[in-house]
Amino acid sequence: MTNKRELELYFHIPFCIRKCLYCDFLSAPADRRTKERYMEALLRETRGRAGDYRDYRVVSVFIGGGTPSTVSPEQIAGLLKTVREGFGLAEDAEITIEVNPGTVDENRLRLYRRAGINRLSIGLQSAEDRELEALGRIHTYGQFLETYHMARECGFSNINVDLMSALPGQTLSGWMGTLGRVLALEPAPEHISAYSLILEEGTPLYEMAERGELQLPDEECDRLMYEKTEELLRSAGYHRYEISNYARPGYECRHNCGYWRRREYLGLGIGAASLIGDCRFRNGDSLTAYLEDPLGSREEVQELTLQERMEEFMFLGLRLTEGVSPAEFREAFGKDMEEAYGTVIERNLREGLLEYREEEYPDRMFARHGGERSERTGGRRLALTKKGIDVSNRVMAQFLL
Amino acid sequence: MTADQSRIRNFCIVAHIDHGKSTLADRIIEKTGLLTSREMQAQVLDNMELERERGITIKAQTVRTVYKAQDGEEYIFNLIDTPGHVDFNYEVSRSLAACDGAILVVDAAQGIEAQTLANVYLALDHDLDVFPVINKIDLPSADPQRVIEEIEDVIGIEAQDAPLISAKNGIGIEEVLEQVVKKIPAPSGDPAGALQALIFDSLYDSYKGVIIFCRIMEGTVKRGTRIRMMATGARQEVVEVGYFGAGQFIPCEELSAGMVGYITASIKNVKDTAVGDTVTDDDRPCAEPLPGYKKVQSMVYCGMYPADGAKYPDLRDALEKLQLNDASLHYEPETSVALGFGFRCGFLGLLHLEVIQERLEREYNLDLVTTAPGVIYKVHRTNGEVIELTNPSNLPDPSEIEYMEEPVVSAEIMVTSEYIGSIMELCQERRGRYLGMEYIEGTRALLKYELPLNEIIYDFFDALKSRSRGYASFDYDIKGYEQSRLVKLDILINREEVDALSFIVHADSAYERGRKMCEKLKDEIPRHLFEIPIQAAVGGKIIARETVKAVRKDVLAKCYGGDITRKKKLLEKQKEGKKRMRQIGNVEIPQKAFMSVLKLDDK
Repeated sequence: MTNKRELELYFHIPFCIRKCLYCDFLSAPADRRTKERYMEALLRETRGRAGDYRDYRVVSVFIGGGTPSTVSPEQIAGLLKTVREGFGLAEDAEITIEVNPGTVDENRLRLYRRAGINRLSIGLQSAEDRELEALGRIHTYGQFLETYHMARECGFSNINVDLMSALPGQTLSGWMGTLGRVLALEPAPEHISAYSLILEEGTPLYEMAERGELQLPDEECDRLMYEKTEELLRSAGYHRYEISNYARPGYECRHNCGYWRRREYLGLGIGAASLIGDCRFRNGDSLTAYLEDPLGSREEVQELTLQERMEEFMFLGLRLTEGVSPAEFREAFGKDMEEAYGTVIERNLREGLLEYREEEYPDRMFARHGGERSERTGGRRLALTKKGIDVSNRVMAQFLL
Repeated sequence: MTADQSRIRNFCIVAHIDHGKSTLADRIIEKTGLLTSREMQAQVLDNMELERERGITIKAQTVRTVYKAQDGEEYIFNLIDTPGHVDFNYEVSRSLAACDGAILVVDAAQGIEAQTLANVYLALDHDLDVFPVINKIDLPSADPQRVIEEIEDVIGIEAQDAPLISAKNGIGIEEVLEQVVKKIPAPSGDPAGALQALIFDSLYDSYKGVIIFCRIMEGTVKRGTRIRMMATGARQEVVEVGYFGAGQFIPCEELSAGMVGYITASIKNVKDTAVGDTVTDDDRPCAEPLPGYKKVQSMVYCGMYPADGAKYPDLRDALEKLQLNDASLHYEPETSVALGFGFRCGFLGLLHLEVIQERLEREYNLDLVTTAPGVIYKVHRTNGEVIELTNPSNLPDPSEIEYMEEPVVSAEIMVTSEYIGSIMELCQERRGRYLGMEYIEGTRALLKYELPLNEIIYDFFDALKSRSRGYASFDYDIKGYEQSRLVKLDILINREEVDALSFIVHADSAYERGRKMCEKLKDEIPRHLFEIPIQAAVGGKIIARETVKAVRKDVLAKCYGGDITRKKKLLEKQKEGKKRMRQIGNVEIPQKAFMSVLKLDDK
């Protein structure tokens, strides 16, 4: 069984109670009947695709959205049952579901546990009700507390909390307050995602910013929030393993790391993206088309060239704090990283945006998931410096050939 | 085919922009039956891709059609299209000189506008018989009677029987054709006289060589005639003569007095066939050339550089090819510290510059960096030498300069009385010297100014239009050179002087321009990982400064659901932005920043 290829599964649940003002994900409110039909279609797609992946074992499942907790827990359980029947699901697989405060009760959480879900990702964003309201969130901080404690009671021992900085009207001390309250939870979350707000074109918040209605923190303050987050979370025992993600040792999100390491993953549901072998593809965005024919909505199939794979290896790998390994590069592409990217690497080393480090986390990272370690090659790795993280887009763009 | 002069009509159409000149030309060609409707592409006269897109006519075009009139006779119509911009005024005037009459098209809703007047006066200056046509009568807001009265009052030509038409929908075209026959005089001239033909355009064809577009005033030309261009002195034997079908050249036996057509004579370069020159028979020359010939001079110069230095030979080849067809384009190689190898190019005006730039980019697929346009300055050195300066970088050290001169134009601006104040203000701002003002028709005035050419080449035309709500027309003639207090304004980016950004400016405007230039560049230059000072200096002394702040944060925080393609697109966009940049020292400057000086009055 262990010599089977590893596969991650992503399920997209495109429903929510109400669109948040900053959200540009593929998600919308829907009636019960639509949700049911969608979940049925999702089951059909899952069953239909399973046959193609006999040689794989599923090491992680991520049920994301939208707000997956807006569909019935029985349907979620049904989905995981189908996975178990159709795919080889590893015993220690990480199985995550995203939930929003105010959309789960004790019954739902227990059903999730029973269905095998072992990781919960709760969208909090802020501990200030005023800020939550400004974002158009559906819940209060109080509701989050309720959900969080209930989840602990139901036995969830691996919880992520999503937070967002650089919010309208937010100050550095306000942001520290949010972080502080989350760290003070008993017990504190194993994992924290700390993003800064991005105004995506077409969202109401973007429009408001365009009209000058928002008091957004300036760039300097935004950067300071980022910096202070790292300092504070480090002192609280979290390490930043990815640009915006922090974890207690051993609690790094295996599923997300898979994306950055170019592990194979299969996305199911509308708009879901996949990487299988050297091929990237994606399901279409149309709900109607999907309901009609869930197996027929695959589009944008892209066979990656050697060059594209090298590009991805670099710009994805650099998102992780551990960076990229020249030895792995050589193994994967048959040529030296320095040969392909010599001048770019040199320039960024000189500007203090990249650095070579000896492997830093091998012992602790993924300690809970045996097997990872053996794949690691050790030795020198190339990674973003702190300054490099701040301007990572600029660094990564240079790795596009 | 020998044609009876009384059955020939040589004419053009004049109009304000958008009043329907090209559409009417299309209808005339269609109705006279040389082309079937199927062959008609919209606006057949404007056949350069760029012209069609911009909706303006750049090169004069001409077409010959045959019309069977109500009197039962067949008439030959030579419809000569004219360019529509002040840059090409000289070409317009030569095209008009080739005509005997003109159709004036006026929009039935908008009535007479500034350009209508400028064009109609130009036609009347050339002694053309002008008759009006009221177009767009099918518009709900059309008021033909008011427009007819306006034409009679303001221009003073008979308009009661003006055809009421819709060129777009083909209404009333027949009447226009009849009036061409009745109101435009037949040409005159003696077919047996000494050859005298006016060149109003020419075109380079890779098979036939130069094709001369001409109007025969006197005499006859045919295959074998040994012709001479009187101004340039070029001599050749005629290979072919003919006339213009729509979009094609149709050879014929001979062209005689009164006819419009083309001549080919294995001429290699359009420089030999200057617009306005007179073609005569070398064996039996006419006594005098036709009046009005002027040597076309470049008025505006700028540097053009390939964005990718390796494309220099491509740029050279493209310029060479364009010049075959455009005698008014000049270029010579130059080198810039900032931009590498390129060319200093001379143009008739800013529109001409833009047209060439676009053609290079579009037809020759070149990515260009263009520096700020300037005029030719005369630099008198202390050693008595006089330099004609087209590139600011070549300005000698101030200690070696006795004085400098700049070109000055006499400008005439026609404007309605309510805008006189704002137009005068504009002219004063541009260092204009007021010469006088005359009232025409009570509500309209003709303002006369002398203006330095370098003040009008950039955005004067736009400023004029915006300050008069489009209701001002402008014409100018080069008057000559005048002494002026000029200085070179240098721009330093990250403390390094960028030669390609230097420009010559009047000493009194140096501070203001320098300040605006820094502000503009601050907006144009993207933020880097370090702070970038932008400074303006005159003679080594800093007169203005701005700073492009360093980027502190550029992170794509959220990257969701494995949608890598989306993230990559974002990075690609970032990388793409860099491609249109020029690396100067360790600063990347967008190509368009080199044109910043043009847009100083934008805000």
